[in-house]
Amino acid sequence: MRQPVAIFQSMSQQSVANETVSLTVNGEQRDLPAGSSVADLLQSHNLDPRLVVVEHNRLVLRDRAAYASITINDGDAIEIVHFVGGG
Amino acid sequence: MTGGTLSTHATHATHDVPFEIAGREFRSRLMVGTGKYRSNEEMSAAIEASGSEVVTVAVRRVDLDRGNDESMLRHLDPDRYFLLANTAGCYSAEEAVRYARLARAAGFNEWIKLEVIGDEETLLPDVAGLLEATKVLVGEGFKVMAYTNEDLITALRLEEAGAVAVMPLASPIGSGLGLLNPQAIRTIKRRLTVPVIVDAGVGCATDACAAMEQGVDGILMNTGIAAASDPVRMAHAMKLAVEAGRASFLAGRMPKRETAMPSSPLEGMLD
Repeated sequence: MRQPVAIFQSMSQQSVANETVSLTVNGEQRDLPAGSSVADLLQSHNLDPRLVVVEHNRLVLRDRAAYASITINDGDAIEIVHFVGGG
Repeated sequence: MTGGTLSTHATHATHDVPFEIAGREFRSRLMVGTGKYRSNEEMSAAIEASGSEVVTVAVRRVDLDRGNDESMLRHLDPDRYFLLANTAGCYSAEEAVRYARLARAAGFNEWIKLEVIGDEETLLPDVAGLLEATKVLVGEGFKVMAYTNEDLITALRLEEAGAVAVMPLASPIGSGLGLLNPQAIRTIKRRLTVPVIVDAGVGCATDACAAMEQGVDGILMNTGIAAASDPVRMAHAMKLAVEAGRASFLAGRMPKRETAMPSSPLEGMLD
């Protein structure tokens, strides 16, 4: 669905826009190959999905089984959190 | 006196009602945090020495350069401990609700230790935000344990809003100042139906014992153990203090007097 927009952006801005997507992960800008899933993102950071929780554009993903089928789009904001020491 | 009578008395001495929150029974009235330990090994040993079942954790961003290294789940067995996530560091109802949803998605339980902080210096709760977040989260099926101050009216409103436990502070978070307002804590305990758990400010075993002697159902602490010179030993002391304070409360203290009264008979003295 978003493909035509990506191509249009690539023509006007950068030549590789349809090959990578730019996203924000935990407040930092990152690039991923276009078509990457949430599972791919975790894999790229060597993160065990069982130890983290992912929020995708402010929506908490409650089903880890769905990580592989959720595609990351250009401009998405992802938060990856986990449990740390606290009182 | 027969052996049977002795053993009945011994059982009576330790008898207590189960410690239940929202229908779930917990084996220890002491709950502990996992923050500020010098090492994960020390933390694990201290938690074990405390005898606690409920262990609190915080929700934070993963450091993408360090991966899973800092995950508490690498150091705490979720089959052995009941993981109670908190919303520490949240300064609005909206932020606390977001953190609670993230915590629930970890998949362990729907319980949350709700904190909505109102001020950085004192870390005192924003009670308006706390009530608002409690209502939202209860509506979403959370079991909310609400960290609050020792104000009775707020405690009553939290109970009305559906909190499964109300957690008034002994003194500010991390202060170690002990129980500053025992009368207010007693009042909250007397007026509420849900369990009352003193949370924050306990600095040593005396404080834990004194808090339990007010009749509260349990205590949650972190810094009092983690910041002790020997956290494992202090965890053990806190375990004993919570048990002692509970037993002391159930036993019912003697009335206080302004004057002395001899313990030994006045009769039978020599001429």
